[in-house]
Amino acid sequence: MMAGLDIGSSAAQHATNFRSNTYTPTDLFKAVSAKITIQNKNLNAFISITDEEALKAAEVATQRIKSGENGSLLGIPIAVKDLLSTAGQRTTAGSKMLENFIPVQDSTVVQKLKDSGLVIVGKTNLDEFAMGSSNEYSAYGPVHNPWDLSKVPGGSSGGSAATVAARGVPLSIGTDTGGSIRQPAALCGVMGLKPTYGRVSRFGVVAFASSLDQVGPFSRDANDMADLLQVIAGHDEKDSTSSLEPVPDFKSTFNRGFDGIKIGIPSELLQEGVEDDVLESFEHAIDEFESRGAIINRDISIPSIKAALPVYYLIAPSEASANLARYDGVKYGFSVLDGKNAEEVMSASRGMAFGPEVKRRIMIGTYALSAGYYDAYYLKAQKVRTVIQEEFHTALNEVDTIFTPTTPTTAFELDSKINNPIEMYLNDLFTLPANIVGLPALSTPCGFSGDLPIGLQMIGKAFRETDLLGYTHAYQSVTDWHKSEPTDR
Amino acid sequence: MSSEIDTDFEPVIGLEVHIQLKTQSKMFCGCERAYFDTEPNSHVCVVCMGMPGSLPVINRQAVVYTVMAGLALNCNIPSEAKFDRKNYPYPDLMKGYQISQFDQPFCEAGTLTIQTDDGTQRDVQLERIHLEEDTARLIHRSDSEGSYSLLDLNRAGSPLMELVTKPNIRSAAEAASFLKRLRQMARYLDISDANMEKGQLRCDANISVRPKGVSELGTKVEIKNMNSFRSVQKAIDYEISRQISRIKNGERIIQETRGFIDSTGETISQRSKEGASDYRYFPEPDLPPLSLTDTFIDEVRSLMPELPNSRLNRFTDEYQLTPTEAITLTDSKARSSAYEKALQADETVDPREIAKWFIGEVAKHINELGVDAELSDTKVTPQQISRLVKLVELKEITNNAGREVLSEMFAGGREPEDLVKSLGLKQNNDAEVLESAIKEVLANNPKAIADYRGGKESAIGFLLGQTMRATKGTADANIVRELLLTLINN
Repeated sequence: MMAGLDIGSSAAQHATNFRSNTYTPTDLFKAVSAKITIQNKNLNAFISITDEEALKAAEVATQRIKSGENGSLLGIPIAVKDLLSTAGQRTTAGSKMLENFIPVQDSTVVQKLKDSGLVIVGKTNLDEFAMGSSNEYSAYGPVHNPWDLSKVPGGSSGGSAATVAARGVPLSIGTDTGGSIRQPAALCGVMGLKPTYGRVSRFGVVAFASSLDQVGPFSRDANDMADLLQVIAGHDEKDSTSSLEPVPDFKSTFNRGFDGIKIGIPSELLQEGVEDDVLESFEHAIDEFESRGAIINRDISIPSIKAALPVYYLIAPSEASANLARYDGVKYGFSVLDGKNAEEVMSASRGMAFGPEVKRRIMIGTYALSAGYYDAYYLKAQKVRTVIQEEFHTALNEVDTIFTPTTPTTAFELDSKINNPIEMYLNDLFTLPANIVGLPALSTPCGFSGDLPIGLQMIGKAFRETDLLGYTHAYQSVTDWHKSEPTDR
Repeated sequence: MSSEIDTDFEPVIGLEVHIQLKTQSKMFCGCERAYFDTEPNSHVCVVCMGMPGSLPVINRQAVVYTVMAGLALNCNIPSEAKFDRKNYPYPDLMKGYQISQFDQPFCEAGTLTIQTDDGTQRDVQLERIHLEEDTARLIHRSDSEGSYSLLDLNRAGSPLMELVTKPNIRSAAEAASFLKRLRQMARYLDISDANMEKGQLRCDANISVRPKGVSELGTKVEIKNMNSFRSVQKAIDYEISRQISRIKNGERIIQETRGFIDSTGETISQRSKEGASDYRYFPEPDLPPLSLTDTFIDEVRSLMPELPNSRLNRFTDEYQLTPTEAITLTDSKARSSAYEKALQADETVDPREIAKWFIGEVAKHINELGVDAELSDTKVTPQQISRLVKLVELKEITNNAGREVLSEMFAGGREPEDLVKSLGLKQNNDAEVLESAIKEVLANNPKAIADYRGGKESAIGFLLGQTMRATKGTADANIVRELLLTLINN
């Protein structure tokens, strides 16, 4: 390896080294590509490693830097969840259904990454159509947790979390519908942010549950995360649900410190099923904040928060049942061609190409939307969703942010929950509410149980990602949890 | 056929009408909407193809057009409307669901005045008007390779406005009148060409019958595949008779969808509705609800062109046309606009004279080209018609000569003045010329003179005609007649 080139550096450090001509984006790309290719044998974090196009992008970035251009992430390698369309590069959504699907157009986020000169080194593994919390529901095999290969990395953005944790790339992109960025971030010991619903364009992102899906960044520290969010955030006229809210400078709160941060803890949520080590690390993190001037409020209450789980498991599958109706084996994607008629082709193709979790959710959603059940399930879930939104709004009038552990447990054994969907769903208990109410939430490392990382979740006010990044930056400046890395994989 | 309908029964008819909107782009993407006569699958993008990750964006023009139709049809425009997903799997539906509107359409209630069978006017009540996207076109083929279907996506995602009436239409003729008035409205608003033959206006009918005096509704049958005004009438009449005769035979009416077969004039069962499909409607999460503010509605109102009724009133007031003349002229927006262009060309020409020509001779020539033809489809301009009428008004040519000139104008597109010259039709009432012509006619027709003198008055008509022919219609008939009588009686 080239002198001075440490693949595991932060994006900011790489950028500095590019400017000092220690190495070029092309050098870095070559090193990264070799590393993730080797790591992939153990981790299976990537479905596709996009060598040729990435090399070209790295060379272009090298030229741009030579000519004095100054983009903060220009030439930085990044991995993108294989749910975001990439023009000319296959986009599988982790499904057999799209194993040979090559989009004609980039998703808006991918377009923005390319415009800013980031080098997309590959498409990361995920649970099929982003449905899952362990990455075991991928048609391309499970991703392994870099901290312990017998453990899951979390999901659905397991590949994006694992490769950042394993120091393959400094940055990656995931999507979060019920915790799919924050949960794997916690389980892999990296930072993950789900922005406010509408902050980042969903155009070109294979849809799972449209009213909950949101694209977000993985990184190892708040500084890199702010830079990446700066690139991908903003209104997109191609996504009518993307917000017109102005995009702030996401580092504007980096000097605020701890003083006077009003932190709420919904005590009712911490009473059930949280592992002792997780709880202990969480309390330590609270102490760090409190001892430096934050104000802790343990009396805030979101009485209906536990309803978030059933609400989620009605709304998400309902939307998914429609979103996945287009995969019919007729127009594109996997097809069983020898049906007698279109209907036979459709049902045989879907029967063969969809995995068990996808089928389960399509069935739940179809049922919940059916005549006679709609009022009792879908409509009621929407009403409860409004109630939870109001309760969060009330709570966030009293405090600036709500802290919880990101997950009730650390990474679990592969195959341990795959046959118990309810237990799998419970792993998302703390992350689901932010999607239900559309608020920004991030996870940052706050400790270990044995070798396995633990995550701290912060939920913020709408479009106030800046606040959360400021708190995290303060926390990371006095702790080292985010710097821990797994032994070389 | 309607005369055969049993008067002990009352038909109850509701219509569902789809109108293709003439927007620039498709309903939810930037693809050009006008696809007629274009290469299959040439007007497509990731959105209207339903590609993974694509998202819809509402076409504002389509919303403006729909609200405009709602305002013209006296609908309530709610303060908020939303789109919903209508789920059903079919190869012509690219996303596996259609973006439509379920419980919050753009327009609610409303009325459209129709002409009833006895010639009076009556309001048909509307249920709603909503906006949705069209499907792709499936083309079924059978050849040496077997039978298969082709898919043309040019139509996929085009804006469709669906209008649903309450079940208060009572006959096939009323249904046809409704559709004609609706087409007239669409064309006046310029939101659609509403041509049934081109599929720009499509109609399904829900029909039931019940004994006169009974308020309970009978079992309804949905009729599809009616592609012209004529087939709407035929299909509805057939279906009413079919249902009445079944009931009279003690048979049950099955709730079903029936297709109209144009060649036989019958309806045949397509599918039973007993296990009605469940579309699992739910709010479209990719499109936030739309708020229809007063400002927006005022803006739409300000964009509305003149409607048939106000144009009709204006024609009777400003141009002193009779109500019948005004109704006939304003029936078609294009025709009444052409009429007004003719008036503007020369304001000294009497509007009533121009109206008579438009309704009579001009209409005759246009109609020869087809039911939907307009002046713009011919070689003749409104300005030329104005000049022709002026020539008649100034007695430069006679009425008869004017008709002949007009025929030539439609045939060859030449100027009226040129035609008058080249055909030698300039009016000539010169007494000497006329006298010599009459004398020649009289000399050649001694028998007619004898008949007349013997008391047969009609013989004068024959002689008049002969003289007119001899002068090629350039003479004024009244002058000729007087001169003729003088000469015979002398």
